[in-house]
Amino acid sequence: MHEVSIMQNALEIALEHMRRQNATRIHRIHMRVGALSSVVPEALEFAFDVVTQGTPAQGATLEIERVPAVCYCPACQIEFEPDGYFYECPQCGSLNVQIRKGRELELAFLEVSQQTADDRRQMTDGE
Amino acid sequence: MKQIAGDSLSAQTIAVNEGILSKNDVFAARNRSLFASRRLLVLNVLSSPGSGKTAFIERTLTDLRSRLRGAVIVGDLATDNDAKRIARSGAQAVQITTGDMCHLEAEMVGKAAGQLNLDNLDVLIIENVGNLVCPSGYDLGENLRVVLLAATEGEDKPLKYPVMFKTADVVIVNKMDIAEAAGFDRATALDNIRRIAPQATVFEVSARTGLGMEQWYAWLEQRCAQKQPSPSPAA
Ligand SMILES: [Zn+2]
Repeated sequence: MHEVSIMQNALEIALEHMRRQNATRIHRIHMRVGALSSVVPEALEFAFDVVTQGTPAQGATLEIERVPAVCYCPACQIEFEPDGYFYECPQCGSLNVQIRKGRELELAFLEVSQQTADDRRQMTDGE
Repeated sequence: MKQIAGDSLSAQTIAVNEGILSKNDVFAARNRSLFASRRLLVLNVLSSPGSGKTAFIERTLTDLRSRLRGAVIVGDLATDNDAKRIARSGAQAVQITTGDMCHLEAEMVGKAAGQLNLDNLDVLIIENVGNLVCPSGYDLGENLRVVLLAATEGEDKPLKYPVMFKTADVVIVNKMDIAEAAGFDRATALDNIRRIAPQATVFEVSARTGLGMEQWYAWLEQRCAQKQPSPSPAA
């Protein structure tokens, strides 16, 4: 599996957006991971701690929103969450369905600030 | 003046909504427009290790030598054995050394394509890394995804890798010459493939004996022909 390289990509995107806001710290990263993304959320969490070491995202919270697969049957015009390997419309049994959700592998949002860890420590020390 | 320490002072939430693999998607789109400008049919061939993917590609290019002009990009761990094997068919072959990577990425494929003479070429076959999980999310700019399994891997193979099979345009069942001896339940296998990947065209072949390969060739030739400009209507 390649969760480390996925997480590295995610971190690069996060740092890019952080800099665009002139921020210096990342506190929270919220990702959407679809059931069909071939990515294991637990492995992402482990990779996150590794790749954020020594970066402005060190110590940040990683939130993973799991997105289940959702299909659409054009004949019945209904959406359904498939059950098992075979994506069969529960109403008409058709296999001719479209996958509408579940392939997501996205960085949804970030929480950033302009404080550095050092700033915060100094302020606390000064009190 | 007492300063309040804490994130609440300046913390802000930024909406990003960006695909983690968006960089790969940009390279894939670039590859796709390059391939389209050359009217090339591009296949991304995927399988587990040991399914006979290299033999299948080698035989396809050898048998079709007089009918289609082909080239191959091979993703290989370290040695360039696969590329050498394929070069015996007379087709151009470029190797991408993947090291410990478990999938090919579009940027690598773009670079490798730059080493090929794309003029006068009909079909470009990309042999992906032997893995049915990791490559599924990486678009390489291909026209068709070909997922190959060997009859010796068993009829439940598609159930073990449903995500990959759901992205397949073509499913090749290889090693059909020894399927019966291997105790392969053909009817169940075909039913599993049909129900997991109803969108896919299925070919049962043996790259070793040539069994069933002619149907695959005819289909492939037809797809290549669709890439060529249709004859202009009489003025
Ligand atoms: Zn239906």
